Amino acid sequence: MRLSREVVDHVAMLARLGLTEEERERMREQLSSILEHVSLIQELDTEAIPPTAQVIALQNVWREDEVRPSLPIEDVLKNAPDAEDNMFKVNAVLEQS
Amino acid sequence: MSEDLTRLTVTEARARLDRREISAVELLQAHLERIRQVEPQIHAFITLTEEIAQAQAEEADRRIARGDAAPLTGIPVALKDVLCTVDAPTTAGSRILEGFRSPYDATVVRKLREQGAVFVGKANTDEFAMGSSTENSAYGPTRNPWDLDRVPGGSSGGSAAAVAAGEAMVSLGSDTGGSIRQPAGFCGVVGIKPTYGRVSRYGLVAFASSLDQIGPFGRTVEDVAIVLQAISGHDPCDSTSVDIPVPDYRASLTGDIRGLRIGVAAEYQVPGMDPEVERVVDEAVAELQRLGAEIVPVSLPHTKYALATYYIIAPSEASANLARYDGVKYGLSLQGETLLESYLQTRGRGFGPEVKRRIMLGTYALSAGYYDAYYVKAQKVRTLIKRDFDEAFEKVDVILAPTSPTVAFRLGERTADPIQMYLSDVFTIPANMAGLPGIAVPCGFAHGLPVSMQFMGRPFDEATLLRVAHAYEQATPWHRAVPPLVEAVTPRTPSSGTE
Repeated sequence: MRLSREVVDHVAMLARLGLTEEERERMREQLSSILEHVSLIQELDTEAIPPTAQVIALQNVWREDEVRPSLPIEDVLKNAPDAEDNMFKVNAVLEQS
Repeated sequence: MSEDLTRLTVTEARARLDRREISAVELLQAHLERIRQVEPQIHAFITLTEEIAQAQAEEADRRIARGDAAPLTGIPVALKDVLCTVDAPTTAGSRILEGFRSPYDATVVRKLREQGAVFVGKANTDEFAMGSSTENSAYGPTRNPWDLDRVPGGSSGGSAAAVAAGEAMVSLGSDTGGSIRQPAGFCGVVGIKPTYGRVSRYGLVAFASSLDQIGPFGRTVEDVAIVLQAISGHDPCDSTSVDIPVPDYRASLTGDIRGLRIGVAAEYQVPGMDPEVERVVDEAVAELQRLGAEIVPVSLPHTKYALATYYIIAPSEASANLARYDGVKYGLSLQGETLLESYLQTRGRGFGPEVKRRIMLGTYALSAGYYDAYYVKAQKVRTLIKRDFDEAFEKVDVILAPTSPTVAFRLGERTADPIQMYLSDVFTIPANMAGLPGIAVPCGFAHGLPVSMQFMGRPFDEATLLRVAHAYEQATPWHRAVPPLVEAVTPRTPSSGTE
C-alpha cells in the first residue's frame, strides 16, 4: 500500500506541519513502508481483548481545589515571542466582520 | 593532579569527600578537565554549565564542612536536555526550543539540587528523545567513547557517553522505548528504566506519556541505585507517579542471588541478531547460573508484535504532546500572514525529519477512519504483551534478554532507513509497553565493543533488578573496562609529585 498524495497533504494539515514538496514525497515513501511494517498486528485476533491506555492501576487523582501560588507571570512570559499586558499575543483567529 | 578522580564511583567519592581528602571543587575540576580533553570528539553535551557547577561545588564543600552531606552532595551529574532547568537552556535537541528557559525545574532536577549535586551540563539527545543513535539531535550527533565512528545509542546518547567517558560521574536520561537501556548498552555503562510511575515526570519534555520514564546512568549498579533512590517517589505535580513506599535500594545489593529464578524467553532470539552478541549473553547466563540463580525458560509469545505496537502508540501520543509547539508561548516563532500560516511555518521549520515523521504517523493513526484499525488495535495488542509478562512473572523473578541485537553501529549506517533504526530497540520496547522496570548492565565485548544484557522485573521491583545486576557485576570485570580514548588521556597512577 502506498499512501496517496492527498492523504499526506491532509494529515500534514491536521498536524499543522508545513512540508516542502520534497518532504511530502519522502513522507509518502517512508510512512507507507512504516505502515506496512506496523500492519503486522492486524493478523492478531483482538476481538475479545480490552485496550490498554496506561499500565498502572491508578484511577482518577483528586485534590482539593485550593488557591496556591502560581509561577510568576514574568517568568512564564519571558519566553513568549510576543506578549502584551500579561498575555501572549497572536494573530487574529477570527476575521473581522 | 596525579590521580584520576573521574574514575571514582559515587560511593568512593562520597567517602573521600566526607573525609575531606578531596573537595567537591577538585572533583568538579577533574571532570571539567576530562570534558576539555574529550568533548570536542564526543560531543556529549548540548550545553555545558561550568559556572553553575562551580557555584554548586563550592556550596557542596560548605555543606560537607557542616557535616550535612546528602548521598549526592558534590557529585558531578549530567542531565539529559529534555529535563527542565531554571538556570540553563532546555532544548530537547530541537531547534524549536532553541533558547528556551524553563520557568521551573523538573522534579528530578529539584531533588538532585536539594541533595547538593553538581550539574556539569545538559546532555545531547535525539530531538524530543525520538531516535536510537543521537543522530537526530538538531545540535549534531554524539559519538561513542569506545569508537568515535560509532553511535552512542539513543535517545539518551549524551547521558550515556558522558558517564562512559568520565565527563560526569552519573547522569539522568529518559526511556520511552529503550532510550536509557540501549545507549547504556552501547557505551558499556549501567542504566535503569524504572517502573512507570516510580519517578515523577514533572518537567520532563513529554514524548509519549503512557511510556516515558526518567532514570539514571552510572558506571556501577550501586551508583545507579544511589541516584534512583534520590529521584524516586510520589510527586503531587505528576498524577501518574504512584504513592507507594520507596525501598532502600542499596540494601538490596547483597551479592546473593542463590535461588533467584531468571526467565529466558526464546522470543528474544530474532533474525539479524549478531551471533557474537548472542554468545556473550549466553556466557553471562552461564555465569548467573554459577552464582546460584535458576534459569527458567519462559514464553512471551507476543514479543514480535511489540515494535509494531510501539510505532503506533508512541507516535500517536507524540503527535498530541507536540501540538503545544505552536510558536505562541515559547520557542521558535515564524510569523505568517495568518495564524494558520504561522503554525505551518513554525512547525515546518522547527521540527527535524524524524519528529515530523512521527507526528505524521501519529496524526494518521489517530485520524478519522484509521483510529480503530491502528490506535485501538495497538492498545489491544498492548494488553496481550502485558499479559505475557504477567504470566511469566508467576514463574520467575526477573526476565533476562540482550539489551540490543547488535553492538553500537556506525554513524550514518541506519539513518536512511527508519525501520532499520527502529529495530535496534526491539528488545527494550516490551518493558515500556508493559510499564515494567528494566536495567541494562555490561556483560562483555564483541568486536571490541561493549555488549549489554537487560533484566526486566515486576512492577516496582527495581530492588530485585539491582540485586541481580549487582551480583553479576561484582563477579565479572566488565564495569572496570575503560574506553581507549579515556585511557589515552588518563594520567598514570600512581604517580609522584607534580603534573
